[in-house]
Formats: sequence, C-alpha cells, structure tokens
Amino acid sequence: MARAVSTRRKAGFTIAAWIIGLAIFFPILWTIVTSFKTEAEAISSPPSFVFFNWTTENYTTVLERSNYFRHFWNSVVISLGSTVLGLIIAIPAAWSMAFVPAKHTKNVLMWMLSTKMLPPVGVLIPIYLIFRDIGLLDTKTGLVIVLTLINLPIIVWMLYTYFKEIPGEILEASRMDGASLRDEIIHVLTPMAVPGIASTLLLNVILAWNEAFWTLNLTAAKAAPLTAFIASYSSPEGLFYAKLSAASTMAIAPILILGWFSQKQLVRGLTFGAVK
Amino acid sequence: MTNVTRALMGATALCGMAAIAQAETLTIATVNNGDMIRMQELASDFTEQHPDIELDWVTLEENVLRQRVTTDIATKGGQYDVMTIGTYEVPIWANQGWLVPLDDLPEDYDKDDILPAIAGGLSVDGTLYAAPFYGESSMVMYRTDLIEEAGLEMPDAPTWDFIKEAAAAMTDKENEVYGICLRGKAGWGENMAFLTAMSNSYGARWFDENWTPQFDSPEWKAALDDYLMLLNEYGPPGSANNGFNENLALFQQGKCGMWIDATVAASFVTGDDSTVADKVGFALAPDNGLGKRGNWLWAWSLGIPAGTDAEDAAKTFVAWATSKEYAELVAENEGWANVPPGTRTSLYENQEYLDAAPFAQMTLESINAADPNNPTVDPVPYTGVQFVAIPEFQGIATAVGQQMSAALAGQMSAEEALEAAQNLTSQEMQAAGYGQ
Repeated sequence: MARAVSTRRKAGFTIAAWIIGLAIFFPILWTIVTSFKTEAEAISSPPSFVFFNWTTENYTTVLERSNYFRHFWNSVVISLGSTVLGLIIAIPAAWSMAFVPAKHTKNVLMWMLSTKMLPPVGVLIPIYLIFRDIGLLDTKTGLVIVLTLINLPIIVWMLYTYFKEIPGEILEASRMDGASLRDEIIHVLTPMAVPGIASTLLLNVILAWNEAFWTLNLTAAKAAPLTAFIASYSSPEGLFYAKLSAASTMAIAPILILGWFSQKQLVRGLTFGAVK
Repeated sequence: MTNVTRALMGATALCGMAAIAQAETLTIATVNNGDMIRMQELASDFTEQHPDIELDWVTLEENVLRQRVTTDIATKGGQYDVMTIGTYEVPIWANQGWLVPLDDLPEDYDKDDILPAIAGGLSVDGTLYAAPFYGESSMVMYRTDLIEEAGLEMPDAPTWDFIKEAAAAMTDKENEVYGICLRGKAGWGENMAFLTAMSNSYGARWFDENWTPQFDSPEWKAALDDYLMLLNEYGPPGSANNGFNENLALFQQGKCGMWIDATVAASFVTGDDSTVADKVGFALAPDNGLGKRGNWLWAWSLGIPAGTDAEDAAKTFVAWATSKEYAELVAENEGWANVPPGTRTSLYENQEYLDAAPFAQMTLESINAADPNNPTVDPVPYTGVQFVAIPEFQGIATAVGQQMSAALAGQMSAEEALEAAQNLTSQEMQAAGYGQ
C-alpha cells in the first residue's frame, strides 16, 4: 500500500516537473517553430503549432542580409575572452578571501556585489566618454574589458563559495610539504575546485553571450555581437516576426547546445555545497 | 643626392596613390523597415558609382537606435557618419549644432522638389538639416465591403462623428469584427502619437504659449472621452496592449472595420500577407470642423553628425539615397509601388507611380494636411504635430501614455488620467525650467 502511494507520488512529481520544464522551455520552442513559418502564418490567429507549410526561407533571407558569422565570431571572442580574463583575476582574489580572510572580507564581498545593483545606464555616458578617448569604442577589446568588470563580482562570489567548501587542512598539508603559494593555487586548489571553476566558466560564458546593454551601446559595425544581430530584426513598424524568430534561433542555438551538453556540469556546480 | 630626392619623390607619390586607393568607409545607422532594408540591397549601385567609398551598415530597432545614436552624437563619439533620424530629433539636434547643414547639395538634387510639409519638419530657420528618405502621415484605412454592408459611404474627409457612427455600424463582436482599431499601447511613439494628433483636431494642445500644460482643458477631456468610448464600445479586446504591429495583424486578418494609423501601413494591408487586400479603402484622418485634422507627420531622414571625418562622402551618399534617381532605381528593380513614399512632389506627378499605388493620392493629401510649425487650433510655443520637439518630451509623453493606457484598461477614469497627466507634466516642465 505504502509502495503504491510512493509510486503515485513519484509519478505526480515527474509529471509536475515535466509541465514546469515545458512551460519554461515553451517560449524558446515557440520561437524556433515560428522561424519556420511564413510572415503571414507567424501572425495568424489562432496560431498553428505543427500543421503549416514549414519553410527555411527566413533563414536564407537572414543569412543573405546579415553577416551572421562576423557577429557569431564577435560573440565567441567577447564571451570567452571576458570569462577567461575574469577567472584569471578572480581565482587569486577568491583564494585569499576564502583561506586568509581579513577583518573586512565580508564587507568587501558585499561591496563588490553592490556594483551589480546600479542600473547600467547610470554609468553609460562616463564609460562611453572614456572609451571614446582611449579609442575602445566598437572594439572587441573594449567589450571584453567591460564584460569582465561586470561579471567579476559574480565570478568572485561563486568561486569564493566553492573554495570555502575545500578543507583548509589540505592546503596546510601542501604547505607543510613545501609547496609555494603558486604551487598551492595551481596544483592543489585548482584541481580540487575544477567542477566549481567549470560551472563558473559556463555560467559566465552564458551571461556574457546574452548581455545586451553594453554590447549594443558600445558597438557599431565592427565589434557587434549576436545581440546586435537580433536587434537588427526587431521592427515597431512592420511584421517581421518570422525573420526575427529565425535570427533569434540562430543567435541562441550555439549557447543552447553548449548548455545542453554541459548541463550535468552546470547543475553540479550550481548545487555545489548545497547539501552536506 | 639626386637619387635620394628621386627616392623621396617616388615614396611621396606612392603614399599619395595609396591614399587614393584606400577606400573611405561610411558607417550608416538605420532602422529595420522594408524601405531601409531595400536601400541596403540596392546600395551596390552606389558603391559601383563610387568605388572609393565603402559602406558599413548598423541596423537596429527604432528605440535602440534612438538611444544609441543620441549617446553617440551627444558625446561626439564619432561612431557613425550617417544617421537615420526622425522629425522629432532633427530640430532639437540642429539647435544643438550636432548636425551638418545640408545647404550645399548638388544642383540636380532639386531640393525644391521635397514636399513642403516634410521640408518644414526637417529645417531650422530655413536650413535643411536632414534629407527625407520616406515620409508618412496617418489616415483612415477601412473595409470597403463592411461599410457597404452597413449602408454607409465613407467620405474622403470624414468627421469624428461619422467615424463613431461607422464604428458602431461595422462592429460584429460575435464574428470577431471590431468597428475600429487604434493604438492603445503606452509610449510616446505609440498611443501618444495617435492621441496627440487626435487631440489637435479637438482643439486641444500640450502647452499654451507660456509652456503651461493643458490636460485640464475641456478639449483634452472631449478627445480622451471619445477615444475611450470608441475603443471600449467598438474596439478589439485588450486594446490597451495594441500598437502598430498588433493592429496591423488584426486588420490583415479581417478583424478591424477601420484603422487610423500610419500611411505606410497602406502597402501592408493591400499586400500579399493581407487577407483583405482587395477590400481596403482610404480616407483622410477625421476632424471636428475646427480646421485641424487628426493626422500626424513623420519622416525617416538621413542626417550627418557634425564632426564626422567623412563629411563629403556622407553627403554624396545622402544625396544618392534621397534622390529622384534612387526612386527610379527602386522602380526598375522592385516596381513603382515599392518606391519610398512621401518625400518628393515629382513622385506624385508620376502616372506610373499613381497607377501602381492606389493609396498614393490619399498619402499625399494627408502629408499636406499636416503642418508641424502650426500644429494646433490655438497657438503653441513648439513645433511637431504628434510630438513636442523638446528633449524632455520622450520621457514626459511616455509617462502620460501610461496614464492613458491605464484609463483604457479600466484601471482609472478619464478624469483621473488627465489629472495625473497634468500633474506629472507640470512637475517635469518646472524641473526643466520652462515657463520661468
């Protein structure tokens, strides 16, 4: 009897999980489906989900009109560049905060997080002026720097949480065995924190890939990534939903695939230390 | 010594040749609409004529583009050589000295051919600061079959009373046919563009000559009451969320009896994607017999930011894209119906165009019926028909638009919306130092 209830409960949970999962995924699925419709079908009411004339015409148009691969390459360089640069800065910072905390470490951590609370548009003009004066407008280097700075608090916080889970005794032991500070971080700490570092890396690549304020405002033609590519298909006067959907699908596909393949790693990293 | 001199001279010549061979690159910021995309496709004609000029395009959604180019021009960022801007930006930017005056375009450009209303909207003190790429006004688009069934005949210049009567007669909610579709979505370029133009025909105005807001006037009350009544009684459900695109979709699917919106919609509702393409008629925007109609005026135009290092090349491009020859190029490749409308008198004297575009005459009359320098019944201190050409307007009108949209959604009464609009506009204008 007890077993029957638990099976029923399990089935209930599974169904609920599937419903929630599908509800979250539905907008993306709908975008993908719309990208294979004609513009007329994209706005038809009631909308059809499967029974329409599937066409790849929108993809052909989008590829003809825009230089997709230039935007794609810019996105790759900007998101990977900013994440790697961020990790290089954040690993030593998180190490020191986790293992040799000072009196104000907690305050420093909170202060770092507070920079995320400022609306970005508040500092748009000063940053724009600085970029103009040092010639970083519309360059990949400029975007790598800005995105690194924006995501740095999150990277440091994530790494700090992971590092806190690593027993300090192991590091002490390595020190006893004569490891230098450099050896300690590179050969002892980093290998143990690989799952945490990997999930931080993945999450930040996703955040940088999707960042749409700075990437739109600091670029023009040369360094514009896929966010600018999507924005070029949005129109307040004219119905181009199918083409916009095709552009969106092409922009999110790489990151969606990356997320799909690395979901175990991501979940593991995000729940690291959650259950003792 | 002679050898050295010779070598130096040779090197100088080489440098000179390299400079000539090195193409100048123009970065052009545009919006995403059919006409602008067509310009990009046809730009090879320009680069063939001018092999020394290369074109880099930045296409963005209208609001993103506005934010982007405003940041750049205000900080003299120098990212763009040609910017697509509207009639709202041109007078403000020209007064700031941010735009290059276009008073030395080539003779064959024929500046006098530009429609006077459009040229007026893009000039400051008689000097043109941006060249119009396409112009639009607003007009009534209606279903000829439905109005006939209702036993009515749409006049070329209807009154608001007739619109109310026709909306009531055409509404058939059981079959999802709504007498009238209008913009309800909050935004200075959405519901406030329509409401501001509508209020002009009711004798209302945003400000009196001392910059005092006028939302407490009986004229605004009358305009808003009629707007709310039309949409609540005869409009589609959820009108408070409908902008241009939503109404376009409704009209194309045969769910609107009438739609008062941009003239540029005419080619969409009679195009391939429309299920009612052969049943659409056009009329001027309505009036109340006060001498002003409820239509607006807008022109997407090409302006050159002051301080660009490619001013001459930019002027050459702007002259090409807004010339009569460009219209012919489009006609040759895509047909006359696809020529950007609303900028030149000569286009409306071209019989081939008039034959290809059944909405041409009404578009022209609508544009001519708008006067951005004298938009209201009573005098005002500002220019602009559906907007007030001051930098503060975007923010104020978006906030006012939210009140109007809330009134439409039934969250507040018309009186409350107008009172809130009056208060917030007064506060903002005082803070900005107007009327002091």
